[in-house]
Amino acid sequence: MYTALVKISECILPLFLLVVFLHAVYKRVPVYDTFVEGAKEGFGLAVKLIPYVVGIYVAVGMFRDSGAMDAAIFVLKPLLSIADVPGEIIPLLITRPLSGPASLGITVELMNRFGPDSFIGRLASTIDGSTDTTLYIIAVYFASVGIRKARYSLAVGLLADAAGFCAAIYVCSRVFG
Amino acid sequence: MNAVFVFLVVSSILISTISGNLNGLTQSVALSAAEAVERVFGLIGILTLWLGIAKIAERSGLLAAVTRILQPFVRLLFPSIPRGHPALGAILMNMSANLFGFGSAATPFGLKAMKHLQQLNRSEYASEAMCTFLAVNTSSVTIIPSTIIALRANAGSANPSEIIGTMFFATVVSTIVAITADGFFRLCFRKGGKI
Repeated sequence: MYTALVKISECILPLFLLVVFLHAVYKRVPVYDTFVEGAKEGFGLAVKLIPYVVGIYVAVGMFRDSGAMDAAIFVLKPLLSIADVPGEIIPLLITRPLSGPASLGITVELMNRFGPDSFIGRLASTIDGSTDTTLYIIAVYFASVGIRKARYSLAVGLLADAAGFCAAIYVCSRVFG
Repeated sequence: MNAVFVFLVVSSILISTISGNLNGLTQSVALSAAEAVERVFGLIGILTLWLGIAKIAERSGLLAAVTRILQPFVRLLFPSIPRGHPALGAILMNMSANLFGFGSAATPFGLKAMKHLQQLNRSEYASEAMCTFLAVNTSSVTIIPSTIIALRANAGSANPSEIIGTMFFATVVSTIVAITADGFFRLCFRKGGKI
């Protein structure tokens, strides 16, 4: 069934494009001109995001390279091992809300070290796939429209991440453990 | 956001001062800054493409038609958005993109949704609908995690897609917690009289 799902997922995108184009032609929309009109916004929007993304990348990069993250892992390890969280997975838990590429890197590294079908490999892929980069999304989405006060968004996002991690660890130890 | 930013930077500087690694930190800062711009530039192509396609679907009326059918579900989560508002369409597209694992299409539609939500908001404070949208977005229900499956296959997994079930469970839990927490904070803020 899973492979069927993956197959469906591969077909959805081209199919969606086909429907959009055929419907536009049927409605006599000048497809190419309309495409260009919408696409024009892309560059400006991306450039507007640069300062926010630079800020986050630099802060997260500093946190990782200074050893502050290792310190955080050192502190969290004994706490989390009480709850049966494997120590190898902790860097991923800390990195996941902060940086998408970095957490993907950790997941790949864990899969290479323990094997993708080991418990750690499966848990890492579950965790990486089940949540998004909270900090990046909140910064970029709000920045794009000039919101300066994110209010409780970050708290909600991090709480949801924590819940997702717990759920991932629970379900993986049940299914694969 | 402010507190997180300050915490990350200050704790990093303090730790690397103690460990005598300030030089490494200076290099890291320059590297990360360049990396950030590269990331944004890497986004330009896909952003441009999807904004163009979204415009076609918008002009032809396809987006509005789909929104009309599905808006009762979306409006359950976003009661403050008026019926038939274009924000609902963009939110719908963003959620579908996340659901099927097209992360690259999710961002353009997400940003489009924010633009429409800001037209209803007109303030520098995030609106309730925006907070809910972000809550749903950061916890993102996913059925088909294409990137992870590809990585697992690449690492030589015997069954790359076997994590779909566990992942779906985790993402449903985190989304339920996100929606609940969002509702809870919303009420707290209203009672507290803060904006």
